Amino acid sequence: MIAIIDSGGANIASVKFALERCGETAQLTADHAEIQSADRVILPGVGMAATAMRQLHQHGLVDCIRGLSQPVLGVCLGMQLLFEHSSEGDTEMLGVLAGNCRHFIATPGRSVPHMGWNRIRAIDSGERHPLLADVAEGAHVYFVHSYFAELSGDTIASCDYGESFTAIAGNGNFMGCQFHPERSGPVGEQILRNFLAL
Amino acid sequence: MLTKRIIACLDVRDGRVVKGVQFRNHRDIGDILELAQRYADEGVDELVFYDITASSDGRVVDKSWVNQVARRINIPFCVAGGIRSIEDARMILNDGADKISVNSPALENPNFISELAAVFGTQCVVVGIDSREEVGDDGTPVYRVYQYTGDAAKTIASKRDTISWAQEAEQHGAGEIVLNCMNNDGVKRGYDLAQLALVRDAVSLPVIASGGAGDYSHFADLFSKTGIDGGLAASVFHSGQIPIPELKKYLATRQIEVRI
Repeated sequence: MIAIIDSGGANIASVKFALERCGETAQLTADHAEIQSADRVILPGVGMAATAMRQLHQHGLVDCIRGLSQPVLGVCLGMQLLFEHSSEGDTEMLGVLAGNCRHFIATPGRSVPHMGWNRIRAIDSGERHPLLADVAEGAHVYFVHSYFAELSGDTIASCDYGESFTAIAGNGNFMGCQFHPERSGPVGEQILRNFLAL
Repeated sequence: MLTKRIIACLDVRDGRVVKGVQFRNHRDIGDILELAQRYADEGVDELVFYDITASSDGRVVDKSWVNQVARRINIPFCVAGGIRSIEDARMILNDGADKISVNSPALENPNFISELAAVFGTQCVVVGIDSREEVGDDGTPVYRVYQYTGDAAKTIASKRDTISWAQEAEQHGAGEIVLNCMNNDGVKRGYDLAQLALVRDAVSLPVIASGGAGDYSHFADLFSKTGIDGGLAASVFHSGQIPIPELKKYLATRQIEVRI
Protein backbone atom coordinates (compact mmCIF):
# COMPACT_ATOMS: atom_id res chain seq x y z
CA MET A 1 0.00 0.00 0.00
CA ILE A 2 1.09 3.54 -0.75
CA ALA A 3 0.14 6.21 1.75
CA ILE A 4 -0.33 9.78 0.54
CA ILE A 5 -0.13 11.99 3.58
CA ASP A 6 -3.26 14.12 3.78
CA SER A 7 -2.87 16.84 6.36
CA GLY A 8 -5.64 19.07 5.00
CA GLY A 9 -4.10 20.77 1.96
CA ALA A 10 -5.93 20.95 -1.34
CA ASN A 11 -4.90 19.54 -4.70
CA ILE A 12 -3.49 16.18 -3.71
CA ALA A 13 -5.82 14.05 -5.81
CA SER A 14 -3.60 14.31 -8.88
CA VAL A 15 -0.77 12.37 -7.20
CA LYS A 16 -3.21 9.58 -6.39
CA PHE A 17 -4.48 9.50 -9.97
CA ALA A 18 -0.92 9.39 -11.34
CA LEU A 19 -0.16 6.37 -9.16
CA GLU A 20 -3.34 4.73 -10.43
CA ARG A 21 -2.15 5.31 -14.00
CA CYS A 22 1.01 3.43 -12.94
CA GLY A 23 -1.21 0.57 -11.79
CA GLU A 24 -0.91 1.23 -8.04
CA THR A 25 -3.53 2.10 -5.49
CA ALA A 26 -2.89 4.76 -2.91
CA GLN A 27 -4.62 5.86 0.25
CA LEU A 28 -4.98 9.48 1.33
CA THR A 29 -4.42 9.38 5.07
CA ALA A 30 -3.27 11.22 8.18
CA ASP A 31 -3.42 8.08 10.31
CA HIS A 32 -0.07 7.30 11.93
CA ALA A 33 -0.43 3.52 11.89
CA GLU A 34 -1.51 3.52 8.27
CA ILE A 35 1.42 5.73 7.27
CA GLN A 36 3.93 3.71 9.31
CA SER A 37 2.80 0.41 7.82
CA ALA A 38 2.68 1.62 4.20
CA ASP A 39 5.21 0.23 1.70
CA ARG A 40 5.85 3.72 0.41
CA VAL A 41 4.84 7.18 1.54
CA ILE A 42 4.23 10.30 -0.51
CA LEU A 43 4.21 13.74 1.09
CA PRO A 44 2.44 16.08 -1.33
CA GLY A 45 1.78 19.74 -0.81
CA VAL A 46 1.05 23.07 -2.36
CA GLY A 47 0.65 26.40 -0.63
CA MET A 48 2.75 27.85 2.12
CA ALA A 49 5.47 26.14 4.15
CA ALA A 50 4.34 27.62 7.47
CA THR A 51 0.74 26.48 6.94
CA ALA A 52 1.81 23.01 5.84
CA MET A 53 4.12 22.54 8.83
CA ARG A 54 1.40 23.76 11.18
CA GLN A 55 -0.94 21.15 9.71
CA LEU A 56 1.67 18.41 10.16
CA HIS A 57 2.13 19.47 13.78
CA GLN A 58 -1.64 19.55 14.35
CA HIS A 59 -1.89 15.96 13.12
CA GLY A 60 1.13 14.94 15.20
CA LEU A 61 2.85 13.88 11.98
CA VAL A 62 6.24 15.54 12.39
CA ASP A 63 7.89 12.79 14.42
CA CYS A 64 5.91 10.14 12.56
CA ILE A 65 7.42 11.25 9.23
CA ARG A 66 10.92 11.70 10.66
CA GLY A 67 10.81 8.14 11.94
CA LEU A 68 9.79 6.47 8.66
CA SER A 69 12.21 3.95 7.18
CA GLN A 70 10.38 2.99 3.97
CA PRO A 71 10.86 5.07 0.77
CA VAL A 72 9.33 8.54 1.21
CA LEU A 73 8.82 10.96 -1.70
CA GLY A 74 8.03 14.62 -1.10
CA VAL A 75 6.45 16.43 -4.03
CA CYS A 76 6.72 20.19 -4.64
CA LEU A 77 6.14 21.87 -1.25
CA GLY A 78 6.25 18.35 0.18
CA MET A 79 9.88 18.11 -0.96
CA GLN A 80 10.72 21.45 0.60
CA LEU A 81 9.23 20.31 3.92
CA LEU A 82 11.86 17.55 4.07
CA PHE A 83 14.62 20.19 4.25
CA GLU A 84 15.74 22.07 7.36
CA HIS A 85 14.40 25.59 7.09
CA SER A 86 12.40 27.86 4.77
CA SER A 87 12.51 31.63 4.63
CA GLU A 88 8.77 31.39 3.87
CA GLY A 89 7.42 32.46 7.25
CA ASP A 90 10.82 31.64 8.85
CA THR A 91 9.70 28.02 9.15
CA GLU A 92 11.53 25.14 10.80
CA MET A 93 10.82 22.04 8.74
CA LEU A 94 11.31 18.28 9.00
CA GLY A 95 15.07 18.38 8.59
CA VAL A 96 15.55 14.93 7.08
CA LEU A 97 17.34 16.46 4.09
CA ALA A 98 20.25 18.89 4.40
CA GLY A 99 19.67 22.43 3.16
CA ASN A 100 17.37 25.40 3.19
CA CYS A 101 14.65 26.96 1.03
CA ARG A 102 14.32 30.54 -0.07
CA HIS A 103 12.40 32.74 -2.52
CA PHE A 104 13.18 33.43 -6.17
CA ILE A 105 13.75 37.11 -6.81
CA ALA A 106 11.92 38.30 -9.92
CA THR A 107 14.15 39.97 -12.51
CA PRO A 108 13.47 41.01 -16.12
CA GLY A 109 13.16 37.72 -17.98
CA ARG A 110 12.56 35.74 -14.78
CA SER A 111 8.91 35.68 -13.78
CA VAL A 112 8.01 34.46 -10.31
CA PRO A 113 6.53 31.90 -9.66
CA HIS A 114 8.78 29.63 -11.73
CA MET A 115 5.94 28.07 -13.65
CA GLY A 116 6.25 25.69 -16.56
CA TRP A 117 8.53 23.08 -18.10
CA ASN A 118 12.24 23.17 -17.38
CA ARG A 119 15.16 20.79 -17.74
CA ILE A 120 16.64 18.66 -14.97
CA ARG A 121 20.25 17.49 -14.88
CA ALA A 122 21.77 14.82 -12.66
CA ILE A 123 24.44 15.94 -10.20
CA ASP A 124 27.58 14.09 -11.16
CA SER A 125 28.29 11.90 -8.16
CA GLY A 126 29.53 8.77 -9.87
CA GLU A 127 26.52 6.52 -9.59
CA ARG A 128 23.20 7.55 -11.08
CA HIS A 129 20.40 7.70 -8.51
CA PRO A 130 17.71 5.05 -9.10
CA LEU A 131 15.00 7.76 -9.27
CA LEU A 132 16.68 8.90 -12.50
CA ALA A 133 16.76 5.48 -14.17
CA ASP A 134 15.75 5.79 -17.84
CA VAL A 135 15.30 9.56 -17.50
CA ALA A 136 17.15 11.43 -20.24
CA GLU A 137 19.67 14.05 -19.24
CA GLY A 138 18.03 17.46 -19.69
CA ALA A 139 14.50 16.01 -19.70
CA HIS A 140 11.67 18.51 -19.22
CA VAL A 141 9.44 18.38 -16.15
CA TYR A 142 6.69 20.67 -14.87
CA PHE A 143 7.46 23.15 -12.07
CA VAL A 144 5.22 25.55 -10.15
CA HIS A 145 6.89 27.25 -7.21
CA SER A 146 8.16 30.54 -5.81
CA TYR A 147 10.44 29.06 -3.14
CA PHE A 148 13.23 26.62 -3.91
CA ALA A 149 15.69 24.40 -2.08
CA GLU A 150 19.28 25.54 -2.46
CA LEU A 151 21.74 23.03 -3.85
CA SER A 152 23.08 20.83 -1.05
CA GLY A 153 24.89 17.57 -0.49
CA ASP A 154 21.49 15.88 -0.85
CA THR A 155 20.79 17.30 -4.32
CA ILE A 156 20.41 14.52 -6.90
CA ALA A 157 19.34 16.62 -9.88
CA SER A 158 19.36 20.34 -10.42
CA CYS A 159 17.43 22.79 -12.54
CA ASP A 160 18.46 26.21 -13.76
CA TYR A 161 16.21 29.25 -13.46
CA GLY A 162 18.67 32.11 -13.45
CA GLU A 163 20.42 30.15 -10.69
CA SER A 164 20.72 26.45 -10.01
CA PHE A 165 18.44 24.89 -7.45
CA THR A 166 17.43 21.43 -6.25
CA ALA A 167 15.03 19.64 -8.60
CA ILE A 168 15.41 16.19 -6.99
CA ALA A 169 16.88 15.50 -3.59
CA GLY A 170 17.50 12.35 -1.62
CA ASN A 171 19.22 10.98 1.42
CA GLY A 172 18.61 7.34 2.22
CA ASN A 173 14.88 6.63 2.19
CA PHE A 174 13.89 10.30 2.07
CA MET A 175 13.53 11.73 -1.45
CA GLY A 176 11.76 14.62 -3.07
CA CYS A 177 10.92 16.30 -6.37
CA GLN A 178 10.41 20.05 -6.60
CA PHE A 179 8.50 19.55 -9.85
CA HIS A 180 5.21 17.68 -10.19
CA PRO A 181 5.97 14.17 -11.50
CA GLU A 182 2.21 13.57 -11.68
CA ARG A 183 1.94 16.40 -14.20
CA SER A 184 5.23 15.96 -16.05
CA GLY A 185 4.11 13.76 -18.93
CA PRO A 186 5.97 10.52 -19.68
CA VAL A 187 9.13 11.72 -17.88
CA GLY A 188 7.25 12.29 -14.63
CA GLU A 189 5.57 8.93 -14.98
CA GLN A 190 8.99 7.27 -15.36
CA ILE A 191 10.22 8.95 -12.17
CA LEU A 192 7.13 7.76 -10.28
CA ARG A 193 7.67 4.23 -11.61
CA ASN A 194 11.28 4.44 -10.46
CA PHE A 195 10.09 5.41 -6.99
CA LEU A 196 7.61 2.52 -6.99
CA ALA A 197 10.41 0.12 -7.98
CA LEU A 198 12.70 1.11 -5.06
CA MET B 1 16.03 27.16 -19.28
CA LEU B 2 12.30 27.49 -18.71
CA THR B 3 10.49 26.69 -21.94
CA LYS B 4 7.85 28.84 -23.57
CA ARG B 5 4.52 27.16 -22.99
CA ILE B 6 2.04 26.20 -25.69
CA ILE B 7 -1.39 26.09 -24.13
CA ALA B 8 -4.57 24.78 -25.69
CA CYS B 9 -7.76 26.35 -24.45
CA LEU B 10 -10.94 24.34 -24.45
CA ASP B 11 -14.04 26.50 -24.08
CA VAL B 12 -16.57 24.33 -22.31
CA ARG B 13 -20.31 24.76 -22.43
CA ASP B 14 -22.76 22.24 -21.00
CA GLY B 15 -19.98 19.65 -20.74
CA ARG B 16 -18.89 19.93 -24.39
CA VAL B 17 -16.01 21.80 -26.02
CA VAL B 18 -17.21 24.75 -28.13
CA LYS B 19 -15.61 27.63 -29.99
CA GLY B 20 -16.97 31.01 -31.06
CA VAL B 21 -15.57 34.01 -32.87
CA GLN B 22 -15.05 37.08 -30.69
CA PHE B 23 -17.05 35.39 -27.94
CA ARG B 24 -20.13 34.83 -30.13
CA ASN B 25 -21.85 32.06 -32.09
CA HIS B 26 -20.41 29.08 -30.24
CA ARG B 27 -20.38 25.79 -32.09
CA ASP B 28 -19.74 22.31 -30.75
CA ILE B 29 -16.34 20.88 -31.57
CA GLY B 30 -15.97 17.81 -29.40
CA ASP B 31 -15.76 15.72 -26.27
CA ILE B 32 -13.69 17.07 -23.34
CA LEU B 33 -11.85 13.86 -22.45
CA GLU B 34 -11.04 12.93 -26.04
CA LEU B 35 -9.66 16.37 -26.83
CA ALA B 36 -7.72 16.59 -23.56
CA GLN B 37 -6.09 13.22 -24.18
CA ARG B 38 -5.29 14.11 -27.78
CA TYR B 39 -3.54 17.31 -26.71
CA ALA B 40 -1.60 15.59 -23.94
CA ASP B 41 -0.41 12.96 -26.42
CA GLU B 42 0.60 15.61 -28.94
CA GLY B 43 2.81 17.36 -26.41
CA VAL B 44 0.82 20.44 -25.50
CA ASP B 45 2.31 21.93 -22.32
CA GLU B 46 -0.87 22.78 -20.51
CA LEU B 47 -4.64 22.86 -20.92
CA VAL B 48 -7.10 25.52 -19.88
CA PHE B 49 -10.78 24.73 -19.60
CA TYR B 50 -12.99 27.79 -19.66
CA ASP B 51 -16.59 27.23 -18.71
CA ILE B 52 -17.73 30.21 -20.73
CA THR B 53 -21.30 30.39 -19.52
CA ALA B 54 -20.68 30.16 -15.81
CA SER B 55 -19.69 33.66 -14.72
CA SER B 56 -22.45 35.49 -16.50
CA ASP B 57 -25.27 33.10 -15.61
CA GLY B 58 -24.42 33.13 -11.90
CA ARG B 59 -25.28 29.43 -11.63
CA VAL B 60 -23.33 26.47 -10.35
CA VAL B 61 -22.29 24.32 -13.29
CA ASP B 62 -21.68 20.60 -13.45
CA LYS B 63 -17.93 20.07 -13.27
CA SER B 64 -17.76 16.31 -12.95
CA TRP B 65 -15.49 16.34 -16.00
CA VAL B 66 -12.70 17.97 -13.93
CA ASN B 67 -12.18 14.77 -12.00
CA GLN B 68 -12.29 12.66 -15.16
CA VAL B 69 -9.69 14.86 -16.86
CA ALA B 70 -7.44 14.74 -13.77
CA ARG B 71 -7.56 10.95 -13.72
CA ARG B 72 -6.77 10.67 -17.38
CA ILE B 73 -4.06 13.18 -18.34
CA ASN B 74 -0.52 13.68 -17.09
CA ILE B 75 -0.01 17.35 -17.90
CA PRO B 76 -1.15 20.37 -15.90
CA PHE B 77 -4.54 21.93 -16.41
CA CYS B 78 -6.42 24.96 -15.23
CA VAL B 79 -10.15 25.41 -14.77
CA ALA B 80 -11.88 28.75 -15.24
CA GLY B 81 -15.43 29.97 -15.07
CA GLY B 82 -17.94 30.40 -12.29
CA ILE B 83 -15.48 30.15 -9.39
CA ARG B 84 -17.01 32.58 -6.90
CA SER B 85 -16.03 31.20 -3.52
CA ILE B 86 -13.23 29.43 -1.68
CA GLU B 87 -15.45 26.35 -1.65
CA ASP B 88 -15.93 26.46 -5.45
CA ALA B 89 -12.15 26.58 -5.83
CA ARG B 90 -11.54 23.87 -3.24
CA MET B 91 -13.89 21.49 -5.01
CA ILE B 92 -12.12 21.93 -8.35
CA LEU B 93 -8.62 21.66 -6.87
CA ASN B 94 -9.60 18.62 -4.81
CA ASP B 95 -10.96 17.05 -7.99
CA GLY B 96 -7.43 17.28 -9.38
CA ALA B 97 -7.15 20.57 -11.27
CA ASP B 98 -3.74 22.20 -10.88
CA LYS B 99 -4.92 25.78 -11.07
CA ILE B 100 -8.11 27.76 -10.98
CA SER B 101 -8.65 30.94 -12.95
CA VAL B 102 -10.90 33.78 -11.86
CA ASN B 103 -12.08 36.73 -13.89
CA SER B 104 -15.40 38.52 -13.28
CA PRO B 105 -15.64 37.59 -9.56
CA ALA B 106 -12.15 39.05 -9.02
CA LEU B 107 -13.26 42.28 -10.68
CA GLU B 108 -16.27 42.43 -8.37
CA ASN B 109 -14.09 41.78 -5.32
CA PRO B 110 -10.30 41.91 -5.75
CA ASN B 111 -9.86 40.56 -2.20
CA PHE B 112 -11.16 37.26 -3.54
CA ILE B 113 -7.73 36.83 -5.19
CA SER B 114 -5.98 37.33 -1.84
CA GLU B 115 -8.30 34.89 -0.12
CA LEU B 116 -7.67 32.22 -2.74
CA ALA B 117 -3.91 32.79 -2.56
CA ALA B 118 -3.93 32.57 1.24
CA VAL B 119 -5.80 29.26 1.26
CA PHE B 120 -4.37 27.46 -1.77
CA GLY B 121 -1.11 29.28 -2.49
CA THR B 122 -0.30 31.84 -5.12
CA GLN B 123 0.80 29.18 -7.63
CA CYS B 124 -2.68 27.87 -8.30
CA VAL B 125 -4.43 31.23 -8.64
CA VAL B 126 -4.67 32.52 -12.20
CA VAL B 127 -6.37 35.79 -13.01
CA GLY B 128 -7.94 35.98 -16.45
CA ILE B 129 -8.26 39.43 -17.97
CA ASP B 130 -10.42 40.21 -21.00
CA SER B 131 -9.10 43.42 -22.44
CA ARG B 132 -10.09 45.58 -25.38
CA GLU B 133 -8.08 48.33 -27.02
CA GLU B 134 -10.06 51.57 -27.21
CA VAL B 135 -9.26 55.09 -28.31
CA GLY B 136 -8.56 57.34 -25.35
CA ASP B 137 -9.59 60.99 -24.98
CA ASP B 138 -6.31 62.16 -26.49
CA GLY B 139 -6.54 59.75 -29.43
CA THR B 140 -3.95 57.27 -28.13
CA PRO B 141 -4.85 53.64 -27.43
CA VAL B 142 -6.12 52.71 -23.99
CA TYR B 143 -6.75 49.20 -22.73
CA ARG B 144 -9.98 48.53 -20.90
CA VAL B 145 -10.96 45.45 -18.89
CA TYR B 146 -14.27 43.82 -19.85
CA GLN B 147 -16.50 41.80 -17.58
CA TYR B 148 -19.02 38.95 -18.03
CA THR B 149 -17.57 38.16 -21.45
CA GLY B 150 -18.98 34.63 -21.43
CA ASP B 151 -22.25 36.02 -22.75
CA ALA B 152 -22.25 38.70 -25.47
CA ALA B 153 -25.52 40.19 -24.19
CA LYS B 154 -24.16 40.65 -20.67
CA THR B 155 -20.63 41.80 -21.49
CA ILE B 156 -19.83 45.19 -20.00
CA ALA B 157 -16.81 47.46 -19.92
CA SER B 158 -15.47 47.69 -16.39
CA LYS B 159 -14.00 50.95 -15.13
CA ARG B 160 -10.59 49.35 -14.96
CA ASP B 161 -7.49 49.96 -17.00
CA THR B 162 -5.84 46.69 -18.05
CA ILE B 163 -2.31 47.52 -16.93
CA SER B 164 -3.30 48.71 -13.48
CA TRP B 165 -5.67 45.77 -13.01
CA ALA B 166 -2.86 43.35 -13.84
CA GLN B 167 -0.68 45.03 -11.22
CA GLU B 168 -3.48 44.99 -8.68
CA ALA B 169 -4.08 41.29 -9.32
CA GLU B 170 -0.39 40.61 -8.71
CA GLN B 171 -0.42 42.58 -5.46
CA HIS B 172 -3.40 40.54 -4.32
CA GLY B 173 -1.47 37.32 -4.82
CA ALA B 174 -2.24 36.11 -8.35
CA GLY B 175 0.27 33.53 -9.57
CA GLU B 176 -0.29 34.04 -13.27
CA ILE B 177 -2.19 36.27 -15.67
CA VAL B 178 -3.90 35.15 -18.84
CA LEU B 179 -4.43 38.24 -20.95
CA ASN B 180 -7.08 37.81 -23.59
CA CYS B 181 -6.91 40.62 -26.15
CA MET B 182 -10.51 40.81 -27.32
CA ASN B 183 -9.84 42.84 -30.47
CA ASN B 184 -7.72 39.99 -31.76
CA ASP B 185 -9.73 37.06 -30.48
CA GLY B 186 -10.78 34.65 -33.18
CA VAL B 187 -9.56 36.79 -36.07
CA LYS B 188 -6.23 34.99 -36.52
CA ARG B 189 -4.10 38.03 -37.33
CA GLY B 190 -1.61 37.44 -34.56
CA TYR B 191 -1.33 38.27 -30.89
CA ASP B 192 -1.58 41.89 -29.73
CA LEU B 193 2.16 42.23 -29.12
CA ALA B 194 2.04 45.90 -28.08
CA GLN B 195 -0.54 45.31 -25.37
CA LEU B 196 1.07 42.07 -24.20
CA ALA B 197 4.48 43.73 -23.89
CA LEU B 198 2.99 46.51 -21.78
CA VAL B 199 1.40 44.08 -19.36
CA ARG B 200 4.49 41.84 -19.36
CA ASP B 201 6.67 44.76 -18.27
CA ALA B 202 4.19 45.93 -15.63
CA VAL B 203 4.20 42.73 -13.55
CA SER B 204 6.72 40.08 -12.51
CA LEU B 205 4.49 37.00 -12.54
CA PRO B 206 4.05 34.79 -15.62
CA VAL B 207 1.82 36.27 -18.35
CA ILE B 208 0.06 34.10 -20.92
CA ALA B 209 -1.12 35.54 -24.24
CA SER B 210 -4.56 34.77 -25.58
CA GLY B 211 -6.41 35.90 -28.67
CA GLY B 212 -5.27 36.12 -32.26
CA ALA B 213 -3.11 33.09 -33.06
CA GLY B 214 -3.67 32.10 -36.67
CA ASP B 215 -0.29 30.99 -37.94
CA TYR B 216 3.02 29.47 -36.81
CA SER B 217 4.75 32.83 -37.14
CA HIS B 218 2.36 34.42 -34.64
CA PHE B 219 3.81 32.21 -31.90
CA ALA B 220 7.39 32.93 -33.00
CA ASP B 221 6.64 36.68 -32.96
CA LEU B 222 5.07 36.42 -29.53
CA PHE B 223 8.09 34.70 -28.01
CA SER B 224 10.84 36.56 -29.86
CA LYS B 225 9.34 40.06 -29.56
CA THR B 226 7.89 39.96 -26.04
CA GLY B 227 8.88 38.30 -22.76
CA ILE B 228 5.51 36.54 -22.62
CA ASP B 229 5.70 33.11 -20.97
CA GLY B 230 3.14 31.18 -22.96
CA GLY B 231 0.83 31.33 -25.95
CA LEU B 232 -2.72 30.12 -25.65
CA ALA B 233 -4.91 29.25 -28.61
CA ALA B 234 -8.01 27.27 -29.38
CA SER B 235 -9.42 27.09 -32.89
CA VAL B 236 -6.12 26.73 -34.77
CA PHE B 237 -5.34 23.73 -32.58
CA HIS B 238 -8.83 22.22 -32.56
CA SER B 239 -9.15 22.42 -36.34
CA GLY B 240 -5.78 20.78 -36.87
CA GLN B 241 -4.57 23.82 -38.79
CA ILE B 242 -1.57 24.06 -36.46
CA PRO B 243 -0.56 20.65 -35.09
CA ILE B 244 1.25 21.02 -31.74
CA PRO B 245 4.28 18.86 -32.72
CA GLU B 246 4.79 20.87 -35.93
CA LEU B 247 4.50 24.16 -34.06
CA LYS B 248 7.10 23.09 -31.51
CA LYS B 249 9.54 21.96 -34.19
CA TYR B 250 9.02 25.28 -35.97
CA LEU B 251 9.74 27.25 -32.79
CA ALA B 252 12.77 25.11 -31.91
CA THR B 253 14.40 25.84 -35.28
CA ARG B 254 13.98 29.52 -34.45
CA GLN B 255 15.95 29.12 -31.21
CA ILE B 256 12.85 29.37 -29.04
CA GLU B 257 13.12 26.99 -26.10
CA VAL B 258 10.21 24.56 -26.14
CA ARG B 259 9.54 21.10 -24.74
CA ILE B 260 9.68 18.50 -27.49
